[in-house]
Amino acid sequence: MTTTAIEAEGLVKIFGDNRAVDGVDLEVATGSVYGVLGPNGAGKTTTIRMLATLLRPDAGRASVFGHDVAREPFVVRQLIGVTGQYASVDETLSATENLMLFCRLNGLKGAAASRRTRDLLEEFHLVDAAARPLRNFSGGMRRRLDLAASLIAQPPLLFLDEPTTGLDPRTRAQMWETIRRLVATGSTVLLTTQYLDEADQLADRIAVIDRGRVVAEGTADELKSSVGQQSLQLTLAHAAQLPSALDAVLDVLGVAATPSPEARRLTVPVADPARVTDLLVRLRGAGVDLDGLSMDKPTLDEVFLTLTGHATTDAASPELEEIPA
Amino acid sequence: MTTLTTARTTPGERIVPGAERTLRNRVTLGQAVSDTLAMARRGLIKIRRTPEQLIDVTVQPIIFTLMFTYIFGGAISGSVAAYLPVIIPGILVQTVITTSAVTGTQLREDMDKGVFDRFRSLPIARIAPLAGALVADTVRYLIATTLTIGMGLLMGWRPGGGVGGVLLAALLVVVCAWSLSWIFAFLGVIARNAGSVQGISFLVLFPLTFLSNAFVPVDTMPGWLQGFVDTNPVSHLVTAVRDLAGTGTVSGQVGVALLSCGAVVAVFAPLAVRSYMKKA
Ligand SMILES: Nc1ncnc2c1ncn2[C@@H]1O[C@H](COP(=O)(O)OP(=O)(O)O)[C@@H](O)[C@H]1O
Ligand SMILES: [Mg+2]
Repeated sequence: MTTTAIEAEGLVKIFGDNRAVDGVDLEVATGSVYGVLGPNGAGKTTTIRMLATLLRPDAGRASVFGHDVAREPFVVRQLIGVTGQYASVDETLSATENLMLFCRLNGLKGAAASRRTRDLLEEFHLVDAAARPLRNFSGGMRRRLDLAASLIAQPPLLFLDEPTTGLDPRTRAQMWETIRRLVATGSTVLLTTQYLDEADQLADRIAVIDRGRVVAEGTADELKSSVGQQSLQLTLAHAAQLPSALDAVLDVLGVAATPSPEARRLTVPVADPARVTDLLVRLRGAGVDLDGLSMDKPTLDEVFLTLTGHATTDAASPELEEIPA
Repeated sequence: MTTLTTARTTPGERIVPGAERTLRNRVTLGQAVSDTLAMARRGLIKIRRTPEQLIDVTVQPIIFTLMFTYIFGGAISGSVAAYLPVIIPGILVQTVITTSAVTGTQLREDMDKGVFDRFRSLPIARIAPLAGALVADTVRYLIATTLTIGMGLLMGWRPGGGVGGVLLAALLVVVCAWSLSWIFAFLGVIARNAGSVQGISFLVLFPLTFLSNAFVPVDTMPGWLQGFVDTNPVSHLVTAVRDLAGTGTVSGQVGVALLSCGAVVAVFAPLAVRSYMKKA
């Protein structure tokens, strides 16, 4: 009996001479949310497709709850739900017809299928649009329907490929909420994302993937501390107040701020954002006037720069320094 | 808790861990049939939603029947009335077989959609997405068959086989079209895009339907061509349909047609399914 939901060792997928996935190892604990973070073209979708039995690995092996994806695909398919990057529902059917179809394909008959369809439509707030053709669905509605279809068989492992890419912030927050609820029912989730904050918000562990390889793996905190923290940018109204501002930062946060060349701006590394309030109060007490301030999180680009030594856009350029494995 | 009965719990309930589930290693025949029917139902909804895709099965039988009968009737059989018993079975076979090629084109288009990824990720019979689409398409063959026979009757065709003979002939044509559609399904699966399926299908169908006894008596052809026409399975099917509709007799040609159909399915259904599953 295994407590590991996914075990992958040295997965490789080659398209022509493009090593799309180039030796990926993963270990995902049951009941956890695992984030695969990487830019466009990193190999996230290809990795998911191999784990979900949609694509045969060219090398390496993977198993889902102990069942090998290549040798026992039919068993694996009973254990997974897959929500693809691009809607995997039928455009010509209505939401109800889609869910009824997938209920039937999951072995639910007649009344049981209708009941399950109704429940899912309600749970995913699709009741009003249930009979309408999917053509008129918004991106968020489509994703919700897609996710609902993946949940019919209540799979213990769920693959979500970029579940919030292209969604507006409000819809994205709703999707995060839904994913958290799923995990609370005992599901294991493997999701891919291009956004560090999304991985941070949802995932217990994160693998950073670049050009088909895992370049870093760990908890969100481990990852962030490896790339550096958020920083506070302060713009002073008067350059003359710089020394008092530096003192206040040292006093409240215990770190040294870096003044920028024109000496009216300070960059302050922030380990605990809650303490920023204390700093602002202190600055006002000291009579330091601010012209502006902003919090900067490390972006995915910075993560990449730090972890791989090249920027994310490089992934699209000819891979001259690629070392054949 | 066994297999997929877990699906009967309500959403929000605790999910049964993977290790505690009873899992099957393969599909049962019963499941293959019910999966195919579910997929066929999907196909029927699609046909209802996109009536413009029925143009070929509605317009072609009407135009072709009118055109061929009035253009060739006098030249080949002396009169339109005398030509009808020859041409209606011929047109029927030609139209319905051509229709079965459209199945391949539409399947290719369909397979490029994201929903096929979901089908592949479900624990369903591997043959179901293909078989379901092909079963739903029998509706198209039924429409083409009905219209062609209807046109013939309107133009004065009075088949000697009676209602029973005509119905049997129609059934035979639909069964054969369904069997042949596996060839086009296979082409659809292996082709790069819908356009090339259409091109290849036309290349296969054009000689098969015209180098047959569908439109003209074989004895007017040069000897070398007669050899091909006589072995062409389309000729056997046309003869079988003429026998059934014209005299109500179940001739040996019916057996030949059915056997050929069985052989086609036995070869191309596994080929199509195998290539379908291999396709990334
Ligand atoms: N079916 C395919 N045929 C050829 N190349 C592919 C195919 N799928 C993906 N690729 C290539 O593999 C690489 C990884 O793609 P993908 O896994 O989709 O990345 P991601 O999901 O991280 O954006 C890309 O360079 C992409 O162009
Ligand atoms: Mg992707």
